[in-house]
Amino acid sequence: MTSLSVPPRGATTQPTGRTARPVGGGRDWRMAGEILLFTAPALTIFGLFVVWPILRAVQFSLYRWKGFGPLVDFVGLQNYVAVLTNEVFRGAVGHNLFIVVASILIQLPLGLGIALLLNRRIRGRGLLRTIIFVPYVLAEVIAGVVWFQLLQPGRGVVETLLGTVGLDGPYQGFLGTPELAMPTLMVVLTWKYVGLAVLLFLAGLQGVPDELTEAAQIDGATWWQIQRRVTIPLLGPTIRTWAFLSMIGSLQLFDMVWILTGGGPANATTTMATFLVNEGTKRQNYGIAAAASVVLFVIALTMAVLYQRFVLRRDTSDADVLRGVR
Amino acid sequence: MSTPMSMRGSIHESSDRSSRSTGAALATPSTSTVTDQPTGQATGDRHTPGSGRRRAPAERNGRGEGGVLVYLAALVVVALTLGPVLYAVLGGFRTNAQLAADPAGLPDPWVLDNYRRVITGSTFWTYALNSVAIAVITTVVTVVAGLMAAYPLARYQFRWREPLFMVFVVGLLFPATVAIIPLFILVTRDLSLGNTWWGVALPQAAFALPMTIVILRPFLMAIPREMEEAAIMDGASRLQFFWRVLLPLSAPGAITVGVLAFVGSWNAYLLPLLLLRGEMKTLPLGVADFSSQYSSDTAGVFAFTTLAMIPALIFFLAMQKRIVNGLQGAVKG
Repeated sequence: MTSLSVPPRGATTQPTGRTARPVGGGRDWRMAGEILLFTAPALTIFGLFVVWPILRAVQFSLYRWKGFGPLVDFVGLQNYVAVLTNEVFRGAVGHNLFIVVASILIQLPLGLGIALLLNRRIRGRGLLRTIIFVPYVLAEVIAGVVWFQLLQPGRGVVETLLGTVGLDGPYQGFLGTPELAMPTLMVVLTWKYVGLAVLLFLAGLQGVPDELTEAAQIDGATWWQIQRRVTIPLLGPTIRTWAFLSMIGSLQLFDMVWILTGGGPANATTTMATFLVNEGTKRQNYGIAAAASVVLFVIALTMAVLYQRFVLRRDTSDADVLRGVR
Repeated sequence: MSTPMSMRGSIHESSDRSSRSTGAALATPSTSTVTDQPTGQATGDRHTPGSGRRRAPAERNGRGEGGVLVYLAALVVVALTLGPVLYAVLGGFRTNAQLAADPAGLPDPWVLDNYRRVITGSTFWTYALNSVAIAVITTVVTVVAGLMAAYPLARYQFRWREPLFMVFVVGLLFPATVAIIPLFILVTRDLSLGNTWWGVALPQAAFALPMTIVILRPFLMAIPREMEEAAIMDGASRLQFFWRVLLPLSAPGAITVGVLAFVGSWNAYLLPLLLLRGEMKTLPLGVADFSSQYSSDTAGVFAFTTLAMIPALIFFLAMQKRIVNGLQGAVKG
C-alpha cells in the first residue's frame, strides 16, 4: 500500500503505516482493482504481441510446418539439429559473434577518442556533437541504401575516390567480393553507430568531477596522462553499459545486412536474423526459422546473463536495471 | 510487499540511482547534442576567482600547438560523418549522366527534376502518411500504456510488484526478430490486421513498452512522498493524485519515451516489411523498394532517400531541447 493510506486495520506490526501490508478489507480490493486497471493495457499488449509470439516460436520450433494447415507434424528437436548442423547458420553465428567483437574493438577506441576530442573546449562543439549523431538518427535502411549507392561497383563514388589516389576497386565491388563484404559492412556499421558511443561517453565525461583533473593538472600531469589515468577509468560504467547495448544490437543485426548484401555474397555476411527471415518468409520453413530464432534468443540471453554477472555487476546502477536477468 | 522502512529507503535510493543511469544512458544522446549545457553551465557557475587559474592550462591545451591538430581531427570526423549524407543530398540535384561522368563532382548544372518527380508523385506522400500514422499510433499507445503501468509499479506496494516489473525488464532482452514469424501469423491470420496501420503499430508499441516502463518508473518514484501526502491531506484519491500531480510532473519523462518510441517506429523495417504491401508501405520500405526497382536511376534514389531522411532529422532536432529540459528538470529532486 502506498504512503497515501492511513494505517489500515491490522497493520499494527508496521509502526508507521507507510509500509503497511495489504491485509483484508475493502481498501485492498480497491487497490488491487486499481493496480489491475492501470497495468491491464500494458500487460495485454505486451502479453499478446511479445510473450505469446515468443511462446509460439518455441512451439513452432518443434514441428515441421510450412505455414498452412494444422500444426500436426511434431518432430521434436529435429529442427534444432537441422539448424545447428546447417553450415549457413553456423556461419551466421560466427558472423554475429565477429560483429559483436569487432564493433566493440573498433567503436570503443574510436568513440572514446572522438568523445575526448569533443570534450575539449573547442569552437562549435555543440554543432559537432549534433553532427556526430546524424547517422544514428537515420533509419538503418535509409543509411544502407545510401551506402549501397556509394559502394556500387565501377561507378560508385567510393571506388572513384580510390581511383584518384591510384587504387583500383575490387572487380565485383566491395559488397560483391566475399572476403571484402564483411569488412565493408563493419565500416558502414561503424559509421552508423559510433555516434551513439560518442554521445554516451560524452555524457559520462560530464560526470567526471573537475576537481580530479584539476588536481592532476596541478601535479603536472599532461593532458594525455589525465585522460588515461583519471578520465577513462571513471568512464568505466558508461563504457560497460554501452558495450552491453552494442552487443545486443550486434546479435540482432538485420536491416543493414538485408539492404547492403542480403546476406551474400556466398553467405559471407549472413546473420542469424537474416537466416531466420529468409527461411521463414522465402522458403516457408517455419519450423526451421522458429528453431533458429530460439537459438538466437538463447545466445543473446546467455551473453546478457554472463555479461551482467561478470562485467556489469560492478556497477550497481546497471545491475538494478538488469537485476531480473541474473 | 511489506518492506521495512529502512529497506524501502534503500530501494528508493537505488532506483533513483538507476533512474539517473538509465536516464543518462538513453537520454544523453540528446542531452549532450543540443548544447554543451551541463558542462557549459558547470563551468559558467564556477567562475570563482580560482577557476581562472585552473582553466588557463586547459585552454592553452586547446589552442596551443595541439590546437590545429584538434581542429583538423574534428574536421575529419565531420567530413566522414556527413560526407555520405551530403553526397546523397547533392546527388539528388544531379542527373544520372553527371553522376556517371564524374561520380565525385558537384551538381553542374543543378537539376531540380529528381526532387520534383518525388514530390509531385503520389507514392512518397502515401508512404509518408503511413509512416506518420503508424508512428503516432505507436507513440500514443506506448506512452499511455507505459505511464499507466509504471504508476503502480512505482508507487504501490504489493507482493507482485517486483516480479511484474521484472517481466518487463526481461522483455528488454527479447529481440523482435525472435518473435517475427509468429507475430506475422498472429497479426495477419488471427487478428486480421495484416496490411493495416494498427497491425504494425501495436506490436511496435509492445516491443517499446519495456524500455518505456524502465525509464518511467524511476521518474514516478522520484516524485517526493511529501507531495503525495499533501495531496491526500487535501482529500485527493490515488487516482486524482495520478491525474493531477503525477501526470504533469512526469511529462518530461513521457516526452523522452515518446520520442524514442516515435523514432523507433519511424525507422522500423523488418515488421513493416513482412506486414505491409502496396499502398500501405512506410517510407523505409519505400526507399528500399525505390532503390531496388530503379537501381540504375542513382540520382532518383538519392532524391527519394534524401526526402525520406528529412522528417526524422527535423523531428529529432526539434525535440532535442525538450528532452534535455525534461531530463534536467523535475526529476532531480
